[in-house]
Amino acid sequence: MRLSLIVATTAMLASLPLGLAVGLLLARGRFWGKSLLDAIVHMPLILPPVVTGYLLLVGFGRRGPIGEFLYDWFGIVLSFRWTGAALACAVMGFPLMVRAIRLSIEAVDRKLESAAGTLGASPLWVFLVVTLPLCLPGIIAGMILCFAKAMGEFGATITFVSNIPGETQTLPSAIYTFTQVPGGDAGAMRLTLISIVISVAALFFSELMARIVGRRIAVE
Amino acid sequence: MTDVLDIAVRHRLGDFTLDSSFTSDGRLTALFGSSGSGKTSLVNVIGGLIRPDSGHVRVDGETLVDTERGIYLPKHRRRIGYVFQEARLFPHLTVRQNLLFGHWFVPRAQRKPAELDKVLELLGIGHLLRRRPGALSGGEKQRVAIGRALLAQPRLLLMDEPLAALDEARKAEILPHIERLRDEAGIPIVYVSHALAEVARLATTVAMVENGRVAACGPTADILSRPDLAARPGAPEASTLLSAEVAGFEEAFGLARLTTPAGPLTIARGTLRQGQRIKIRILASDVMLGLGQPAEISALNVLPGTVFEIGERSGTGGSTVHLLIACGEAKLAARLTAKSLALLGLAPGKPVHAVIKSVSVEMP
Repeated sequence: MRLSLIVATTAMLASLPLGLAVGLLLARGRFWGKSLLDAIVHMPLILPPVVTGYLLLVGFGRRGPIGEFLYDWFGIVLSFRWTGAALACAVMGFPLMVRAIRLSIEAVDRKLESAAGTLGASPLWVFLVVTLPLCLPGIIAGMILCFAKAMGEFGATITFVSNIPGETQTLPSAIYTFTQVPGGDAGAMRLTLISIVISVAALFFSELMARIVGRRIAVE
Repeated sequence: MTDVLDIAVRHRLGDFTLDSSFTSDGRLTALFGSSGSGKTSLVNVIGGLIRPDSGHVRVDGETLVDTERGIYLPKHRRRIGYVFQEARLFPHLTVRQNLLFGHWFVPRAQRKPAELDKVLELLGIGHLLRRRPGALSGGEKQRVAIGRALLAQPRLLLMDEPLAALDEARKAEILPHIERLRDEAGIPIVYVSHALAEVARLATTVAMVENGRVAACGPTADILSRPDLAARPGAPEASTLLSAEVAGFEEAFGLARLTTPAGPLTIARGTLRQGQRIKIRILASDVMLGLGQPAEISALNVLPGTVFEIGERSGTGGSTVHLLIACGEAKLAARLTAKSLALLGLAPGKPVHAVIKSVSVEMP
Protein backbone atom coordinates (compact mmCIF):
# COMPACT_ATOMS: atom_id res chain seq x y z
CA MET A 1 0.00 0.00 0.00
CA ARG A 2 2.70 2.50 1.04
CA LEU A 3 4.86 1.04 -1.67
CA SER A 4 2.14 1.65 -4.21
CA LEU A 5 1.96 5.32 -3.28
CA ILE A 6 5.73 5.69 -3.44
CA VAL A 7 5.86 3.94 -6.79
CA ALA A 8 3.05 6.06 -8.25
CA THR A 9 4.43 9.32 -6.89
CA THR A 10 7.93 8.54 -8.15
CA ALA A 11 6.55 7.60 -11.54
CA MET A 12 4.60 10.84 -11.71
CA LEU A 13 7.43 13.13 -10.61
CA ALA A 14 10.08 11.38 -12.68
CA SER A 15 8.09 11.63 -15.86
CA LEU A 16 7.09 15.26 -15.31
CA PRO A 17 10.21 16.99 -16.74
CA LEU A 18 10.36 14.66 -19.70
CA GLY A 19 6.59 14.93 -20.15
CA LEU A 20 6.85 18.73 -20.23
CA ALA A 21 9.68 18.59 -22.73
CA VAL A 22 7.94 16.12 -25.02
CA GLY A 23 4.60 17.95 -24.65
CA LEU A 24 6.29 21.22 -25.65
CA LEU A 25 8.08 19.56 -28.52
CA LEU A 26 4.90 18.02 -29.86
CA ALA A 27 2.86 21.19 -29.37
CA ARG A 28 5.32 23.68 -30.77
CA GLY A 29 8.11 21.85 -32.53
CA ARG A 30 8.27 21.40 -36.27
CA PHE A 31 10.76 18.75 -37.16
CA TRP A 32 11.20 15.65 -39.16
CA GLY A 33 9.91 12.55 -37.37
CA LYS A 34 7.42 14.41 -35.21
CA SER A 35 4.67 11.94 -35.96
CA LEU A 36 7.10 9.11 -35.21
CA LEU A 37 7.82 10.59 -31.78
CA ASP A 38 4.08 11.02 -31.29
CA ALA A 39 3.51 7.36 -32.16
CA ILE A 40 6.27 6.12 -29.83
CA VAL A 41 4.94 8.19 -26.93
CA HIS A 42 1.46 6.81 -27.44
CA MET A 43 2.59 3.23 -27.91
CA PRO A 44 2.11 2.13 -24.29
CA LEU A 45 -1.49 3.33 -24.49
CA ILE A 46 -2.29 1.05 -27.40
CA LEU A 47 -0.08 -2.00 -26.78
CA PRO A 48 -1.26 -4.61 -24.30
CA PRO A 49 0.43 -3.74 -20.97
CA VAL A 50 2.01 -7.18 -20.86
CA VAL A 51 3.78 -6.43 -24.13
CA THR A 52 5.12 -3.17 -22.74
CA GLY A 53 6.27 -4.97 -19.61
CA TYR A 54 7.98 -7.65 -21.67
CA LEU A 55 9.74 -4.99 -23.81
CA LEU A 56 10.93 -3.30 -20.63
CA LEU A 57 12.19 -6.64 -19.33
CA VAL A 58 14.09 -7.22 -22.55
CA GLY A 59 15.49 -3.70 -22.63
CA PHE A 60 16.06 -2.89 -18.97
CA GLY A 61 16.67 -6.38 -17.56
CA ARG A 62 20.13 -7.15 -16.15
CA ARG A 63 21.11 -8.71 -19.48
CA GLY A 64 19.15 -6.23 -21.61
CA PRO A 65 21.15 -3.63 -23.54
CA ILE A 66 20.03 -0.67 -21.43
CA GLY A 67 19.84 -2.56 -18.16
CA GLU A 68 23.37 -3.86 -18.58
CA PHE A 69 24.66 -0.36 -19.33
CA LEU A 70 22.94 1.08 -16.26
CA TYR A 71 24.30 -1.71 -14.03
CA ASP A 72 27.87 -1.52 -15.33
CA TRP A 73 28.16 2.26 -15.15
CA PHE A 74 25.91 3.28 -12.30
CA GLY A 75 25.17 0.04 -10.48
CA ILE A 76 21.46 0.59 -11.02
CA VAL A 77 19.26 -2.43 -11.21
CA LEU A 78 15.66 -1.94 -12.26
CA SER A 79 14.29 -5.40 -12.85
CA PHE A 80 12.53 -6.96 -9.85
CA ARG A 81 13.03 -3.78 -7.79
CA TRP A 82 10.54 -1.09 -6.78
CA THR A 83 12.40 1.37 -9.02
CA GLY A 84 11.55 -0.93 -11.90
CA ALA A 85 7.90 -0.85 -10.87
CA ALA A 86 8.10 2.93 -10.92
CA LEU A 87 9.66 2.83 -14.38
CA ALA A 88 6.90 0.57 -15.68
CA CYS A 89 4.23 2.81 -14.18
CA ALA A 90 5.92 5.92 -15.57
CA VAL A 91 6.06 4.45 -19.06
CA MET A 92 2.40 3.49 -18.89
CA GLY A 93 1.28 6.85 -17.53
CA PHE A 94 3.54 8.92 -19.79
CA PRO A 95 1.25 9.13 -22.84
CA LEU A 96 -1.62 10.41 -20.70
CA MET A 97 0.57 13.08 -19.15
CA VAL A 98 2.06 14.18 -22.47
CA ARG A 99 -1.39 14.39 -24.03
CA ALA A 100 -2.76 16.65 -21.32
CA ILE A 101 0.32 18.88 -21.32
CA ARG A 102 0.44 19.11 -25.07
CA LEU A 103 -3.21 20.11 -25.36
CA SER A 104 -2.84 22.78 -22.70
CA ILE A 105 0.28 24.23 -24.33
CA GLU A 106 -1.50 24.32 -27.67
CA ALA A 107 -4.34 26.20 -26.01
CA VAL A 108 -2.05 29.00 -24.78
CA ASP A 109 -2.53 32.14 -26.87
CA ARG A 110 0.63 32.74 -28.88
CA LYS A 111 -0.33 36.39 -29.04
CA LEU A 112 0.28 36.71 -25.32
CA GLU A 113 3.73 35.24 -25.81
CA SER A 114 4.63 37.69 -28.55
CA ALA A 115 3.31 40.52 -26.38
CA ALA A 116 5.65 39.35 -23.61
CA GLY A 117 8.48 39.32 -26.13
CA THR A 118 7.93 42.94 -27.13
CA LEU A 119 8.07 43.81 -23.43
CA GLY A 120 11.63 42.58 -23.27
CA ALA A 121 11.20 38.98 -22.10
CA SER A 122 13.56 36.48 -23.74
CA PRO A 123 12.02 33.23 -25.02
CA LEU A 124 13.06 31.35 -21.85
CA TRP A 125 11.45 33.98 -19.62
CA VAL A 126 8.33 34.00 -21.79
CA PHE A 127 8.04 30.26 -21.23
CA LEU A 128 8.59 30.52 -17.48
CA VAL A 129 6.34 33.47 -16.67
CA VAL A 130 3.66 33.28 -19.37
CA THR A 131 3.37 29.86 -21.02
CA LEU A 132 3.97 27.70 -17.95
CA PRO A 133 1.53 29.49 -15.61
CA LEU A 134 -1.14 29.54 -18.30
CA CYS A 135 -0.96 25.81 -18.92
CA LEU A 136 -0.70 24.90 -15.24
CA PRO A 137 -4.22 23.38 -15.14
CA GLY A 138 -3.26 21.05 -17.98
CA ILE A 139 -0.02 20.09 -16.29
CA ILE A 140 -1.87 19.29 -13.06
CA ALA A 141 -4.44 17.27 -14.95
CA GLY A 142 -1.62 15.37 -16.66
CA MET A 143 0.07 14.65 -13.36
CA ILE A 144 -3.14 13.35 -11.81
CA LEU A 145 -3.87 11.15 -14.82
CA CYS A 146 -0.34 9.77 -14.70
CA PHE A 147 -0.64 9.14 -10.95
CA ALA A 148 -3.97 7.38 -11.37
CA LYS A 149 -2.63 5.23 -14.16
CA ALA A 150 0.44 4.40 -12.07
CA MET A 151 -1.72 3.40 -9.08
CA GLY A 152 -3.72 1.01 -11.19
CA GLU A 153 -0.96 -0.31 -13.40
CA PHE A 154 -0.81 -4.11 -13.29
CA GLY A 155 0.14 -5.82 -16.54
CA ALA A 156 3.43 -4.11 -17.33
CA THR A 157 4.51 -4.07 -13.69
CA ILE A 158 3.93 -7.75 -13.03
CA THR A 159 5.65 -8.71 -16.28
CA PHE A 160 8.68 -6.47 -15.75
CA VAL A 161 9.30 -6.69 -12.00
CA SER A 162 7.05 -9.58 -10.98
CA ASN A 163 5.09 -9.59 -7.73
CA ILE A 164 7.52 -9.62 -4.83
CA PRO A 165 5.90 -8.68 -1.50
CA GLY A 166 7.61 -5.66 0.05
CA GLU A 167 9.64 -4.92 -3.05
CA THR A 168 7.48 -4.80 -6.14
CA GLN A 169 4.05 -5.78 -4.92
CA THR A 170 1.83 -2.80 -5.76
CA LEU A 171 -1.80 -2.48 -4.74
CA PRO A 172 -3.29 -4.19 -7.80
CA SER A 173 -0.85 -7.07 -7.66
CA ALA A 174 -1.54 -7.48 -3.95
CA ILE A 175 -5.25 -7.65 -4.61
CA TYR A 176 -4.60 -10.15 -7.36
CA THR A 177 -2.53 -12.26 -4.96
CA PHE A 178 -5.30 -12.24 -2.36
CA THR A 179 -7.83 -13.41 -4.90
CA GLN A 180 -5.58 -16.32 -5.81
CA VAL A 181 -5.43 -17.78 -2.31
CA PRO A 182 -8.32 -19.36 -0.39
CA GLY A 183 -9.76 -17.03 2.27
CA GLY A 184 -8.16 -13.96 0.79
CA ASP A 185 -11.47 -12.25 0.17
CA ALA A 186 -11.29 -10.08 3.26
CA GLY A 187 -7.79 -8.88 2.40
CA ALA A 188 -8.76 -8.19 -1.18
CA MET A 189 -11.80 -6.22 -0.04
CA ARG A 190 -9.68 -4.18 2.39
CA LEU A 191 -7.21 -3.25 -0.33
CA THR A 192 -10.05 -2.49 -2.73
CA LEU A 193 -11.54 -0.04 -0.23
CA ILE A 194 -8.14 1.56 0.22
CA SER A 195 -7.71 2.04 -3.50
CA ILE A 196 -11.18 3.55 -3.77
CA VAL A 197 -10.29 6.03 -1.03
CA ILE A 198 -7.00 6.95 -2.73
CA SER A 199 -8.68 7.40 -6.10
CA VAL A 200 -11.42 9.59 -4.70
CA ALA A 201 -8.87 11.64 -2.77
CA ALA A 202 -6.74 12.11 -5.89
CA LEU A 203 -9.74 13.19 -7.93
CA PHE A 204 -10.86 15.57 -5.21
CA PHE A 205 -7.39 17.04 -4.94
CA SER A 206 -7.12 17.58 -8.68
CA GLU A 207 -10.52 19.28 -8.76
CA LEU A 208 -9.43 21.56 -5.95
CA MET A 209 -6.17 22.45 -7.66
CA ALA A 210 -7.93 23.06 -10.95
CA ARG A 211 -10.41 25.36 -9.28
CA ILE A 212 -7.74 27.39 -7.48
CA VAL A 213 -5.67 27.76 -10.62
CA GLY A 214 -8.71 28.37 -12.79
CA ARG A 215 -9.85 31.20 -10.57
CA ARG A 216 -6.45 32.81 -10.78
CA ILE A 217 -6.34 32.81 -14.55
CA ALA A 218 -9.99 33.48 -15.25
CA VAL A 219 -10.17 33.83 -18.99
CA GLU A 220 -10.78 37.37 -20.23
CA MET B 1 19.50 65.28 -37.40
CA THR B 2 18.76 61.60 -37.93
CA ASP B 3 15.21 60.53 -38.57
CA VAL B 4 13.31 58.85 -35.78
CA LEU B 5 12.25 56.19 -38.24
CA ASP B 6 13.99 55.00 -41.35
CA ILE B 7 12.40 51.93 -42.85
CA ALA B 8 12.76 50.13 -46.16
CA VAL B 9 11.62 46.52 -46.24
CA ARG B 10 10.50 43.83 -48.64
CA HIS B 11 8.64 40.78 -47.45
CA ARG B 12 6.44 38.20 -49.12
CA LEU B 13 3.43 36.83 -47.26
CA GLY B 14 1.70 34.37 -49.56
CA ASP B 15 0.27 36.40 -52.43
CA PHE B 16 0.85 39.66 -50.65
CA THR B 17 4.09 41.56 -51.01
CA LEU B 18 5.10 44.19 -48.52
CA ASP B 19 7.47 46.62 -50.18
CA SER B 20 7.55 49.76 -48.13
CA SER B 21 10.01 52.49 -47.41
CA PHE B 22 9.58 55.74 -45.56
CA THR B 23 11.30 58.01 -43.09
CA SER B 24 9.67 60.10 -40.43
CA ASP B 25 10.76 62.42 -37.66
CA GLY B 26 7.28 63.11 -36.36
CA ARG B 27 6.21 62.66 -32.76
CA LEU B 28 3.28 60.55 -33.91
CA THR B 29 3.52 58.89 -37.29
CA ALA B 30 0.26 57.40 -38.49
CA LEU B 31 0.31 54.45 -40.87
CA PHE B 32 -2.94 55.11 -42.61
CA GLY B 33 -4.71 52.89 -45.13
CA SER B 34 -7.62 50.54 -45.65
CA SER B 35 -7.77 47.08 -44.03
CA GLY B 36 -5.50 44.58 -45.72
CA SER B 37 -3.17 47.27 -47.03
CA GLY B 38 -0.26 45.91 -45.01
CA LYS B 39 -0.18 48.40 -42.14
CA THR B 40 -0.08 45.75 -39.45
CA SER B 41 2.57 43.73 -41.29
CA LEU B 42 4.71 46.84 -41.50
CA VAL B 43 4.34 47.49 -37.78
CA ASN B 44 5.13 43.83 -37.06
CA VAL B 45 8.35 44.21 -39.01
CA ILE B 46 9.30 47.23 -36.90
CA GLY B 47 8.37 45.45 -33.68
CA GLY B 48 10.25 42.28 -34.60
CA LEU B 49 7.25 39.97 -34.99
CA ILE B 50 7.97 39.49 -38.68
CA ARG B 51 11.44 38.96 -40.03
CA PRO B 52 11.57 40.73 -43.41
CA ASP B 53 13.08 39.02 -46.46
CA SER B 54 15.26 42.04 -47.11
CA GLY B 55 15.66 45.66 -46.11
CA HIS B 56 16.47 47.71 -43.05
CA VAL B 57 14.76 49.16 -39.99
CA ARG B 58 16.43 52.02 -38.13
CA VAL B 59 15.05 53.75 -35.09
CA ASP B 60 16.71 56.90 -33.75
CA GLY B 61 19.77 56.15 -35.85
CA GLU B 62 20.20 52.63 -34.42
CA THR B 63 19.96 49.76 -36.87
CA LEU B 64 17.57 47.03 -35.69
CA VAL B 65 17.41 45.12 -38.95
CA ASP B 66 19.74 45.24 -41.92
CA THR B 67 19.63 42.11 -44.03
CA GLU B 68 22.63 43.15 -46.11
CA ARG B 69 24.83 43.49 -43.06
CA GLY B 70 23.26 40.44 -41.42
CA ILE B 71 21.81 42.38 -38.50
CA TYR B 72 18.60 41.16 -36.90
CA LEU B 73 17.75 42.15 -33.37
CA PRO B 74 15.15 39.83 -31.77
CA LYS B 75 12.02 41.52 -30.46
CA HIS B 76 12.90 41.28 -26.79
CA ARG B 77 16.10 43.26 -27.34
CA ARG B 78 14.61 46.08 -29.41
CA ARG B 79 13.04 48.12 -26.62
CA ILE B 80 10.02 48.85 -28.76
CA GLY B 81 6.70 49.00 -26.95
CA TYR B 82 3.76 47.43 -28.77
CA VAL B 83 0.10 48.11 -28.01
CA PHE B 84 -2.04 45.58 -29.84
CA GLN B 85 -5.57 45.91 -31.11
CA GLU B 86 -6.72 43.52 -28.40
CA ALA B 87 -5.05 44.50 -25.15
CA ARG B 88 -3.29 41.13 -24.73
CA LEU B 89 -3.00 41.50 -20.96
CA PHE B 90 -1.71 38.47 -19.09
CA PRO B 91 -4.80 36.89 -17.51
CA HIS B 92 -2.84 35.20 -14.71
CA LEU B 93 -1.38 38.45 -13.41
CA THR B 94 -2.96 41.45 -11.67
CA VAL B 95 -3.07 44.84 -13.33
CA ARG B 96 -0.10 45.91 -11.25
CA GLN B 97 1.92 42.83 -12.28
CA ASN B 98 0.90 43.37 -15.90
CA LEU B 99 2.05 46.97 -15.78
CA LEU B 100 5.39 46.08 -14.25
CA PHE B 101 5.98 43.08 -16.51
CA GLY B 102 8.19 44.92 -18.98
CA HIS B 103 9.76 46.95 -16.17
CA TRP B 104 11.37 43.80 -14.72
CA PHE B 105 13.23 43.22 -17.94
CA VAL B 106 14.76 46.68 -18.09
CA PRO B 107 18.38 46.44 -16.96
CA ARG B 108 18.60 47.60 -13.34
CA ALA B 109 20.97 50.46 -14.12
CA GLN B 110 18.54 51.99 -16.61
CA ARG B 111 15.38 51.62 -14.55
CA LYS B 112 13.60 54.80 -13.65
CA PRO B 113 11.87 54.08 -10.34
CA ALA B 114 9.37 56.95 -10.44
CA GLU B 115 7.90 55.87 -13.77
CA LEU B 116 4.95 53.89 -12.39
CA ASP B 117 3.32 56.87 -10.64
CA LYS B 118 3.78 59.01 -13.73
CA VAL B 119 2.19 56.43 -16.00
CA LEU B 120 -0.70 55.77 -13.59
CA GLU B 121 -1.40 59.49 -13.50
CA LEU B 122 -1.02 59.93 -17.26
CA LEU B 123 -3.48 57.15 -18.06
CA GLY B 124 -5.76 57.49 -15.05
CA ILE B 125 -5.53 53.83 -14.02
CA GLY B 126 -4.31 54.14 -10.43
CA HIS B 127 -7.54 52.67 -9.02
CA LEU B 128 -7.25 49.45 -11.06
CA LEU B 129 -3.94 48.14 -9.70
CA ARG B 130 -5.29 45.23 -7.64
CA ARG B 131 -7.79 43.97 -10.18
CA ARG B 132 -7.29 41.22 -12.69
CA PRO B 133 -7.60 41.84 -16.44
CA GLY B 134 -10.81 39.76 -16.58
CA ALA B 135 -12.59 42.38 -14.46
CA LEU B 136 -11.72 45.39 -16.62
CA SER B 137 -13.74 47.13 -19.32
CA GLY B 138 -12.39 47.31 -22.86
CA GLY B 139 -11.22 50.89 -22.45
CA GLU B 140 -9.52 50.16 -19.13
CA LYS B 141 -7.74 47.13 -20.57
CA GLN B 142 -6.40 49.19 -23.45
CA ARG B 143 -5.12 51.88 -21.08
CA VAL B 144 -3.40 49.25 -18.95
CA ALA B 145 -1.85 47.82 -22.13
CA ILE B 146 -0.52 51.26 -23.05
CA GLY B 147 0.87 51.69 -19.55
CA ARG B 148 2.50 48.28 -19.68
CA ALA B 149 4.24 49.16 -22.94
CA LEU B 150 5.38 52.52 -21.55
CA LEU B 151 6.84 51.02 -18.38
CA ALA B 152 9.16 48.83 -20.45
CA GLN B 153 10.85 52.19 -21.18
CA PRO B 154 10.70 51.83 -24.95
CA ARG B 155 12.45 54.12 -27.39
CA LEU B 156 9.49 53.80 -29.76
CA LEU B 157 5.87 52.95 -29.14
CA LEU B 158 3.86 51.01 -31.74
CA MET B 159 0.09 51.17 -31.55
CA ASP B 160 -1.83 48.88 -33.88
CA GLU B 161 -5.41 50.17 -34.11
CA PRO B 162 -5.66 50.39 -30.33
CA LEU B 163 -9.17 51.83 -30.56
CA ALA B 164 -10.62 49.64 -33.30
CA ALA B 165 -12.24 47.16 -30.92
CA LEU B 166 -13.85 49.85 -28.78
CA ASP B 167 -17.15 51.70 -29.03
CA GLU B 168 -17.34 55.47 -29.53
CA ALA B 169 -17.62 56.28 -25.84
CA ARG B 170 -14.50 54.24 -25.00
CA LYS B 171 -12.61 55.83 -27.87
CA ALA B 172 -13.45 59.26 -26.55
CA GLU B 173 -12.18 58.09 -23.17
CA ILE B 174 -8.78 57.04 -24.51
CA LEU B 175 -8.03 59.61 -27.21
CA PRO B 176 -7.08 62.42 -24.78
CA HIS B 177 -4.65 60.02 -23.08
CA ILE B 178 -2.95 59.28 -26.38
CA GLU B 179 -2.71 63.00 -27.07
CA ARG B 180 -1.05 63.59 -23.73
CA LEU B 181 1.26 60.70 -24.41
CA ARG B 182 2.28 62.25 -27.72
CA ASP B 183 2.88 65.66 -26.16
CA GLU B 184 4.34 64.75 -22.78
CA ALA B 185 6.01 61.34 -22.75
CA GLY B 186 8.71 62.18 -25.28
CA ILE B 187 8.53 58.75 -26.91
CA PRO B 188 7.91 58.74 -30.67
CA ILE B 189 4.80 56.80 -31.61
CA VAL B 190 3.83 54.84 -34.70
CA TYR B 191 0.06 54.63 -34.84
CA VAL B 192 -1.78 52.31 -37.20
CA SER B 193 -5.31 53.27 -38.17
CA HIS B 194 -7.86 53.20 -40.93
CA ALA B 195 -10.01 55.86 -39.27
CA LEU B 196 -9.51 59.28 -40.81
CA ALA B 197 -10.81 61.14 -37.76
CA GLU B 198 -8.25 59.50 -35.44
CA VAL B 199 -5.40 60.20 -37.82
CA ALA B 200 -6.45 63.83 -38.37
CA ARG B 201 -6.64 64.35 -34.65
CA LEU B 202 -3.52 62.56 -33.49
CA ALA B 203 -0.91 62.38 -36.21
CA THR B 204 1.89 64.84 -36.87
CA THR B 205 3.11 62.77 -39.82
CA VAL B 206 1.11 60.45 -42.04
CA ALA B 207 2.36 57.56 -44.14
CA MET B 208 -0.35 56.37 -46.55
CA VAL B 209 -0.13 52.59 -46.95
CA GLU B 210 -1.61 51.00 -50.04
CA ASN B 211 -1.18 47.39 -51.21
CA GLY B 212 1.92 46.92 -49.12
CA ARG B 213 3.56 50.13 -50.31
CA VAL B 214 3.90 53.51 -48.69
CA ALA B 215 2.22 55.71 -51.30
CA ALA B 216 3.07 58.98 -49.63
CA CYS B 217 4.55 60.26 -46.40
CA GLY B 218 4.57 63.77 -44.99
CA PRO B 219 3.00 66.25 -42.56
CA THR B 220 -0.60 65.32 -41.78
CA ALA B 221 -2.29 68.42 -43.24
CA ASP B 222 -0.40 68.10 -46.55
CA ILE B 223 -1.13 64.41 -47.02
CA LEU B 224 -4.82 64.62 -46.15
CA SER B 225 -5.51 67.42 -48.65
CA ARG B 226 -3.47 66.15 -51.61
CA PRO B 227 -5.69 65.76 -54.68
CA ASP B 228 -3.54 63.03 -56.25
CA LEU B 229 -3.89 60.83 -53.13
CA ALA B 230 -7.62 61.38 -52.84
CA ALA B 231 -8.02 60.38 -56.51
CA ARG B 232 -6.75 56.86 -55.83
CA PRO B 233 -9.34 54.09 -55.74
CA GLY B 234 -10.31 53.22 -52.20
CA ALA B 235 -8.60 56.31 -50.75
CA PRO B 236 -10.52 58.30 -48.17
CA GLU B 237 -11.94 61.62 -49.17
CA ALA B 238 -9.51 64.54 -49.01
CA SER B 239 -9.90 67.02 -46.18
CA THR B 240 -8.26 70.18 -44.91
CA LEU B 241 -6.72 70.42 -41.45
CA LEU B 242 -6.38 73.91 -40.02
CA SER B 243 -5.20 75.17 -36.68
CA ALA B 244 -7.55 77.82 -35.38
CA GLU B 245 -7.94 80.21 -32.48
CA VAL B 246 -11.20 81.24 -30.90
CA ALA B 247 -11.35 85.02 -31.48
CA GLY B 248 -14.79 85.86 -30.15
CA PHE B 249 -18.43 84.91 -29.89
CA GLU B 250 -21.76 85.93 -31.37
CA GLU B 251 -23.77 85.44 -28.22
CA ALA B 252 -27.14 86.04 -29.86
CA PHE B 253 -26.71 83.06 -32.18
CA GLY B 254 -24.50 80.81 -30.04
CA LEU B 255 -21.64 81.01 -32.50
CA ALA B 256 -17.87 81.30 -32.19
CA ARG B 257 -15.62 83.28 -34.52
CA LEU B 258 -12.32 81.59 -35.40
CA THR B 259 -9.20 83.00 -36.97
CA THR B 260 -7.48 80.44 -39.19
CA PRO B 261 -4.64 80.62 -41.73
CA ALA B 262 -7.30 80.34 -44.43
CA GLY B 263 -9.35 83.27 -43.14
CA PRO B 264 -12.07 83.90 -40.53
CA LEU B 265 -14.64 81.17 -39.93
CA THR B 266 -17.80 81.00 -37.83
CA ILE B 267 -18.85 77.77 -36.17
CA ALA B 268 -21.21 76.61 -33.45
CA ARG B 269 -19.91 77.69 -30.08
CA GLY B 270 -20.17 74.38 -28.29
CA THR B 271 -17.86 74.36 -25.28
CA LEU B 272 -15.18 76.58 -26.81
CA ARG B 273 -13.44 79.20 -24.69
CA GLN B 274 -12.06 82.59 -25.67
CA GLY B 275 -8.48 82.33 -26.98
CA GLN B 276 -8.55 78.52 -27.13
CA ARG B 277 -6.40 76.92 -29.82
CA ILE B 278 -8.13 74.11 -31.69
CA LYS B 279 -7.77 72.00 -34.78
CA ILE B 280 -10.53 71.95 -37.37
CA ARG B 281 -11.15 69.71 -40.32
CA ILE B 282 -13.10 70.49 -43.48
CA LEU B 283 -14.09 67.64 -45.79
CA ALA B 284 -13.45 68.30 -49.48
CA SER B 285 -17.08 67.48 -50.27
CA ASP B 286 -18.24 70.19 -47.85
CA VAL B 287 -16.59 72.88 -49.99
CA MET B 288 -18.51 74.47 -52.88
CA LEU B 289 -16.91 76.83 -55.36
CA GLY B 290 -18.37 79.95 -56.97
CA LEU B 291 -16.84 82.40 -59.42
CA GLY B 292 -18.33 85.58 -57.98
CA GLN B 293 -19.03 86.53 -54.37
CA PRO B 294 -22.11 84.38 -53.68
CA ALA B 295 -24.97 86.46 -52.34
CA GLU B 296 -28.04 85.47 -50.34
CA ILE B 297 -27.03 81.92 -49.44
CA SER B 298 -27.38 80.14 -46.10
CA ALA B 299 -23.71 79.25 -45.63
CA LEU B 300 -21.90 81.61 -43.25
CA ASN B 301 -18.37 80.79 -44.28
CA VAL B 302 -17.20 82.05 -47.64
CA LEU B 303 -13.48 82.46 -48.26
CA PRO B 304 -11.91 84.09 -51.33
CA GLY B 305 -8.98 82.29 -52.94
CA THR B 306 -7.42 81.11 -56.18
CA VAL B 307 -7.30 77.66 -57.75
CA PHE B 308 -3.92 76.19 -56.87
CA GLU B 309 -3.98 72.67 -58.23
CA ILE B 310 -6.45 70.47 -60.08
CA GLY B 311 -6.19 66.73 -59.61
CA GLU B 312 -6.90 63.86 -61.99
CA ARG B 313 -10.48 62.82 -62.63
CA SER B 314 -11.50 59.90 -60.41
CA GLY B 315 -14.48 57.92 -59.24
CA THR B 316 -16.68 55.75 -61.48
CA GLY B 317 -16.53 57.07 -65.02
CA GLY B 318 -14.17 59.85 -63.95
CA SER B 319 -17.00 61.89 -62.49
CA THR B 320 -15.10 63.49 -59.63
CA VAL B 321 -12.21 65.97 -59.38
CA HIS B 322 -10.26 67.07 -56.31
CA LEU B 323 -8.82 70.58 -56.23
CA LEU B 324 -6.65 72.65 -53.93
CA ILE B 325 -7.68 76.26 -53.40
CA ALA B 326 -5.12 78.72 -52.01
CA CYS B 327 -6.98 80.70 -49.34
CA GLY B 328 -4.83 83.09 -47.31
CA GLU B 329 -1.82 81.09 -46.12
CA ALA B 330 -3.59 77.75 -46.29
CA LYS B 331 -4.73 75.41 -49.02
CA LEU B 332 -8.26 74.14 -48.97
CA ALA B 333 -9.19 70.78 -50.48
CA ALA B 334 -12.41 70.76 -52.49
CA ARG B 335 -14.27 68.05 -54.36
CA LEU B 336 -16.37 68.85 -57.42
CA THR B 337 -17.92 66.94 -60.26
CA ALA B 338 -15.95 67.04 -63.48
CA LYS B 339 -18.96 68.73 -65.07
CA SER B 340 -18.90 71.66 -62.60
CA LEU B 341 -15.20 72.05 -63.25
CA ALA B 342 -15.86 72.34 -66.98
CA LEU B 343 -18.90 74.65 -66.59
CA LEU B 344 -16.97 77.07 -64.39
CA GLY B 345 -13.92 76.85 -66.62
CA LEU B 346 -11.65 76.43 -63.60
CA ALA B 347 -7.90 76.52 -64.16
CA PRO B 348 -4.92 77.11 -61.85
CA GLY B 349 -4.64 80.77 -60.90
CA LYS B 350 -8.34 81.54 -61.41
CA PRO B 351 -9.93 83.46 -58.51
CA VAL B 352 -12.85 81.68 -56.81
CA HIS B 353 -14.94 81.83 -53.66
CA ALA B 354 -15.04 78.75 -51.48
CA VAL B 355 -18.32 78.15 -49.68
CA ILE B 356 -17.79 75.95 -46.65
CA LYS B 357 -20.84 73.98 -45.62
CA SER B 358 -19.56 72.37 -42.48
CA VAL B 359 -16.54 72.35 -40.19
CA SER B 360 -15.66 69.67 -37.65
CA VAL B 361 -13.66 70.43 -34.54
CA GLU B 362 -11.01 67.76 -34.04
CA MET B 363 -9.46 68.85 -30.78
CA PRO B 364 -11.71 70.65 -28.37
